[in-house]
Amino acid sequence: MAREVSKGRKAAVTLLAWGVALLIFFPILWTFLTSFKTEGEAINSHPSFLFFDWTLENYETVNQRSDYLAHFWNSVVISLGSTVLGLIIAVPAAWSMAFVPGKRTKDLLMWMLSTKMLPAVGVLVPLYLLARDTGLLDTKTGLVIVLTLVNLPIIVWMLYTYFKEIPGEILEAARMDGATLSSEILYVLTPMAVPGIASTLLLNVILAWNESFWTLNLTAANAAPLTAFIASYSSPEGLFYAKLSAASTMAIAPIMILGWFSQKQLVRGLTFGAVK
Amino acid sequence: MGEIVLSEVRKSFGGVSIIQGIDLVIPEGEFVVFVGPSGCGKSTLLRLIAGLEDTSSGTISIDGKDATKLPPAKRGLAMVFQSYALYPHMSVRKNIAFPLRMAGVSAEEQERKVQAAAKVLNLTPYLDRKPSQLSGGQRQRVAIGRAIVREPAAFLFDEPLSNLDAALRVSMRQEISELHHTLRTTMIYVTHDQVEAMTMADRIVVLNAGRIEQVGSPLELYRSPANLFVAGFIGSPKMNLIEGAEAQKHGAHTLGIRPEHIDLAEDGPWKGTVGLCEHLGSDTFLKVEVEGVGQINIRVGGDVPLRHGTRVSLAPQADKLHRFDTAGKALVPAV
Repeated sequence: MAREVSKGRKAAVTLLAWGVALLIFFPILWTFLTSFKTEGEAINSHPSFLFFDWTLENYETVNQRSDYLAHFWNSVVISLGSTVLGLIIAVPAAWSMAFVPGKRTKDLLMWMLSTKMLPAVGVLVPLYLLARDTGLLDTKTGLVIVLTLVNLPIIVWMLYTYFKEIPGEILEAARMDGATLSSEILYVLTPMAVPGIASTLLLNVILAWNESFWTLNLTAANAAPLTAFIASYSSPEGLFYAKLSAASTMAIAPIMILGWFSQKQLVRGLTFGAVK
Repeated sequence: MGEIVLSEVRKSFGGVSIIQGIDLVIPEGEFVVFVGPSGCGKSTLLRLIAGLEDTSSGTISIDGKDATKLPPAKRGLAMVFQSYALYPHMSVRKNIAFPLRMAGVSAEEQERKVQAAAKVLNLTPYLDRKPSQLSGGQRQRVAIGRAIVREPAAFLFDEPLSNLDAALRVSMRQEISELHHTLRTTMIYVTHDQVEAMTMADRIVVLNAGRIEQVGSPLELYRSPANLFVAGFIGSPKMNLIEGAEAQKHGAHTLGIRPEHIDLAEDGPWKGTVGLCEHLGSDTFLKVEVEGVGQINIRVGGDVPLRHGTRVSLAPQADKLHRFDTAGKALVPAV
């Protein structure tokens, strides 16, 4: 039986939800608004919310000072590249863990996830030296490899939980029906797992797009993605809030638009396995 | 086509022995039912025949050829699963055609066979629907259709009706039996429901703890159970099993008598008081507390004016008694 909710209570809950949502969204909104202010207005101790002289000068300056498109392209290559490479490795791995598990499969999964619990800075020096010695420092290839490895545990976990939901009997039926391993994966498993693979892909593109530890530490100029582009506006000589905000807005806009249009898939990916 | 021979088939998972040496010959065209309580290994045995599990030892041969090491697809068998296992992203037509597609059959031939199978199973109006748009019974028919088009050496059914409601189960049971009469193909059917076993089987294989307890036609098992397990498992309501003085009188450790083989008599040897009394219209089931014997279930006609607490006198039919020794084995002769 559905629980009775009084109108007042419903209104209060709605209001609270809006409040929390606005609180979370506020920094992004503020950054967006600041990007249209003058530097003076931006550091004003009594900032105005909407009634200021709107200007595009920050965007002009940012565009003159740095090559947005080059950074954007680097971000696209690094986030898509690492996600696709990760999926190519993770699909067969998750398939075998979900459908032909061994004695240690659970331990292996936990161990993979445990690498995410290690602070990234703990392996900065060895990874930096490896990248330097192999000539991968400040290259897109190097970052694709590092981000693939960093996000692989999450990709494998997500696909594993997704594949686990597919009843083994369906794959057995395919085997009885004469399907070889490749046709089983191609005609039965993959079409059934498309929503899961799509949400994994989306979430990992976003994670890789926003990743800033490795992208900042392993790049200089050539492979620097949008995270480095933002960071370049926070200089020790003094902050230029308005320009920093303009750069941030430009950097996060593409991924926010992507997220907006794929909300359903993302929520499904993030809450996967929570409800059954 | 369709003779299956199991010899000394064993299967263990880790250290646990699930199937403990099974020898069985299933002749071509026979409808065999594996029946037993849950955990007795009946589904595992079916999966071993299908090739979905590997045997630990022993051999399985199909039509005279050793199939022990063959992958499922190469055995020429078709299986219908408990959960139907339909491909949710494919239409009914594509589901049924899938095995043909995997075998590289031409598109026209696929369509012809799908139409033929759909006609037999009354699925023609549903060919373009997805499995999610079908009822449980229709889904089960699609699963059977997918099995039929392969023209397999044998059909394997793994508790195919247990997800259906009671009424549908009865009609699907009859449909499968009719299908067997039409196709005359070997069928192996796994169930825990002894009514399904009794009504459908040419021969029943009763399994318990990974071993065969008895193999025989439904009436053979009903008339002469080889041991206490089969005696208790086959027949509904269950056979009464009596120990103690009454059994010793007949030279047995345990005495068995089916509820339908005990009559109400004016002056029978057993006297007792009626406890629970269930009037089903066609039958009446009584629990009677018999002095010196214990609680006895009996089944009598529909029109008996008995109630809780009525004193009755019972006469077991002497030629329908079953005698068992201390190990639970049936003693011959039975009486």
